[in-house]
Amino acid sequence: MSLGVVMLVHTALNRAEQVIRHWSASGCPVVIHVDRNVDRSTYDRFVQSLADLPDVEFSKRHRCEWGTWGLVAASQAASEQLLRNFPRVRHAYLASGSCMPLRPVEDLQDYLAARPRTDFIESATTADVPWTIGGLDEERFTLRFPFSFRRQRFLFDRYVEFQRRFKLHRKLPEGIVPHMGSQWWCLTRQTLSAILEDPDRPTYDRYFRRVWIPDESYFQTLVRLYSQNVESRSLTLSKFDYQGKPHIFYDDHLQLLRRSDCFVARKIWPQADLLYDTFLKSANPMKGSEPNPGKIDRIFSKAVERRTRGRAGLFMQSRLPRDGHENGFTSAPYSIFEGFTELFEDFEPWLARVTETRVHGHLFAAEGVEFEERQQTFAGALCDNPRLRDHNARMFLTNLIWNTRGERQCFQFGPRDSQLVSWDLAKDPNAQINVITGAWSIPLFLSNRNFSQIRAEAAELQRIESEHLEALRSYWAKARVRIWTLAEFVESPMEALQTVLDEMGHKTRRSVTEAPRMVDLTGFAQFLQNLKNQGMHPYLMGDFPTDPAPQQPRRQQRKPYLVR
Amino acid sequence: MGVWQSYRLRLQRKRSHLRALRKSRELRVVRDRTDRIRPKDIIVFSTLRNEDIRLPYFLQYYRDLGVNHFIIVDNDSDDGGCEYLAGQPDVSLWTTTASYRRARFGVDWLNYLQRKHGHGHWTLVVDPDEFFVFPFSDTRSISALTDWLEASEIRSFSAMLLDMYPKGRIDAVPYKRGQNPLEIASWFDAGNYTLSKNHLYYNLWIQGGPRARKFFTEEPWRAPALNKTPLVKWDKRYAYVSSTHMLLPRGLNLVYDEWGGEKASGVLLHAKFLDTFTEKAREELERGQHYANGHEYKAYAEGLAEHPDLWCKWSEKYINWRQLEILGLMSKGNWA
Repeated sequence: MSLGVVMLVHTALNRAEQVIRHWSASGCPVVIHVDRNVDRSTYDRFVQSLADLPDVEFSKRHRCEWGTWGLVAASQAASEQLLRNFPRVRHAYLASGSCMPLRPVEDLQDYLAARPRTDFIESATTADVPWTIGGLDEERFTLRFPFSFRRQRFLFDRYVEFQRRFKLHRKLPEGIVPHMGSQWWCLTRQTLSAILEDPDRPTYDRYFRRVWIPDESYFQTLVRLYSQNVESRSLTLSKFDYQGKPHIFYDDHLQLLRRSDCFVARKIWPQADLLYDTFLKSANPMKGSEPNPGKIDRIFSKAVERRTRGRAGLFMQSRLPRDGHENGFTSAPYSIFEGFTELFEDFEPWLARVTETRVHGHLFAAEGVEFEERQQTFAGALCDNPRLRDHNARMFLTNLIWNTRGERQCFQFGPRDSQLVSWDLAKDPNAQINVITGAWSIPLFLSNRNFSQIRAEAAELQRIESEHLEALRSYWAKARVRIWTLAEFVESPMEALQTVLDEMGHKTRRSVTEAPRMVDLTGFAQFLQNLKNQGMHPYLMGDFPTDPAPQQPRRQQRKPYLVR
Repeated sequence: MGVWQSYRLRLQRKRSHLRALRKSRELRVVRDRTDRIRPKDIIVFSTLRNEDIRLPYFLQYYRDLGVNHFIIVDNDSDDGGCEYLAGQPDVSLWTTTASYRRARFGVDWLNYLQRKHGHGHWTLVVDPDEFFVFPFSDTRSISALTDWLEASEIRSFSAMLLDMYPKGRIDAVPYKRGQNPLEIASWFDAGNYTLSKNHLYYNLWIQGGPRARKFFTEEPWRAPALNKTPLVKWDKRYAYVSSTHMLLPRGLNLVYDEWGGEKASGVLLHAKFLDTFTEKAREELERGQHYANGHEYKAYAEGLAEHPDLWCKWSEKYINWRQLEILGLMSKGNWA
């Protein structure tokens, strides 16, 4: 019997009894501390239920509340009793009622017997670890905490503020360096008794009585004074979430726990029958390797990340980030083309062929959503109805990108479309926006309408587009924006298209063997001149050459461009 | 302003308690087994009318989840459901012939019964066509969830309503008593929901799904609300305001994270669209006992005559909660 167990119990006494029987069956003496908050009759029944076991004792009861001195006092009292009454104990293991041994106790005994002078206790200096709860790290040691964090939260916070304000810092007792770590340890008799029998113990106790969460720092700090060999890790597998509350294990963690090779796990849900039956009743197949909780660590740290950061681009019933806290407004990069379908006759099919992405038409068109192939519904059962879309246009966009994760979306946009998402697009770092300004005039140029109507519409579209451009060029814009005037673009269209494709980062692209077909712009310069003559100044197209001559030969060749 | 607003909401809460008390006189007890409720029991509260055909599966589903007791208000059923419920050992049953609409769609009756029998318990308010799904619901019982919520100091748990529908005409496959309705209505819309926040009550307003897509394209703002907070650690000071969409005190409506993280949430699978629906819609339209003068039902009656099929090629077929989690309809939060 080289191993003795100190057990702190406060709820689920029937489960605690099961575990105590398990320890005891392997010859470990157990000293039990039952929280004073457990009522007398329940306590008596509990003591009675364990009366048949030898080497099981109960220690003096203290009131234990999370984060208070009571837990340390309880551990001290029970440890003293263990060392006093069971002289053959070499290692003392601090466990709780909801801890469960995962490997045979003999395994643990052998493991400890092979390391007779090692103290297993997680112990790190405050400066080096980010374990902060309630915004307190080293202040745990320099302020006083007479109020309960759970019950007297208001007083707790006010008193902390007061001490900060007036710089009422405590002095640490001579010779100690604050360390913190998991409260579940396994110490050798030498070290533990040195801590408990230290002549300066009253000084330390007085100091730690007002430290916050002393159960995570008392032994962790003092062990550094006496131990010959500290192994700074806990033998108890215990994971904490972002609130500092332990994660709980359920029946469906069985395989994970089995493969973890840990000696003891905490905290087990009291109704996890399968876990208790498996680990306490049947022989356990795990064999003598080092604990390896890597997989469990990953699962729980993922859970914490989900709770604190969430999934980018997701808006749902339990995640509605305020503006600026989205960690990504959309979930994946996407591309927007403005003015390209106006300039090229077959731009959409061409882009889809060349980039192998999903290419939609004008998703925000006033007449209806132009999904790829003009489907009536799209991924996630989005509907092509424009009113439904405009009811919440932002979420239409985020839904679309979320629903098509793993596949890049491209769509057309322009001043004829509903502009509700104009700013959202500009501010989204996932958006890649390519604009040919003034291209909206081409359909007007090609249309068969009265010139006065054309003039009015041109003025309106120009106003809308320049507002949109203002958003794209503003201080808040985070999208990757590339803007050409129509004149610039027409001068060297393939070069510009190539830039766009490169920016989309399509690596496995086959070389582009065909160019999209540009509409015939003969007479366009004159059209612009006519607008000017009517008093409307079309400036977004850039300086379109009045002489259409340089364009003509190109138009007639109809020869595919080769771009690599 | 803040203080004044809180005070007004407090008055509103008090008023709804008084109203619930007044409306409780309409209730007549049929079978009161509430003395069998033990301190840690989880209780389902429900109000229903002519749902006999759904009852056996409904009770079985929630018993399997780990619910211990049912408190049900029967609103003048004439299909034998009342007698069936009275014979169940874990059901306490009240009945009334009064107006459903004037009891604010049953909220007043349930507020009264929750105040009286739900205090200190985790209570789940669901209709007989709603099936609660939460993270790990295939491997953990509902008490695992409530224990965890309690340890995390969370008082209310949201579960958005997810409309389920069959592929093909909704009246093509007849529903049999005792059958799992999700075998027939096994499809849903995965990603066309929109959210906005109510700045007075803090609750979200979620719209979308097949009903918005099919029946409310012209007036999308009228589409039914899908946000629900059905699972609450009840206290006698609490009150539901409008169905289970909104609670008072309003802090209970903060079931979502605003700083980028995800809180844990579940889903209520809404198996409303079965062959029984056409009949029901007609009946409800005649009775005029539903929200906004049954505007919803009017839309359904018209819509379903034209398109009896809610399915589209992008509909998803329901598999399990993990699928809903991956699609982003619910979240595990930091429960693992």
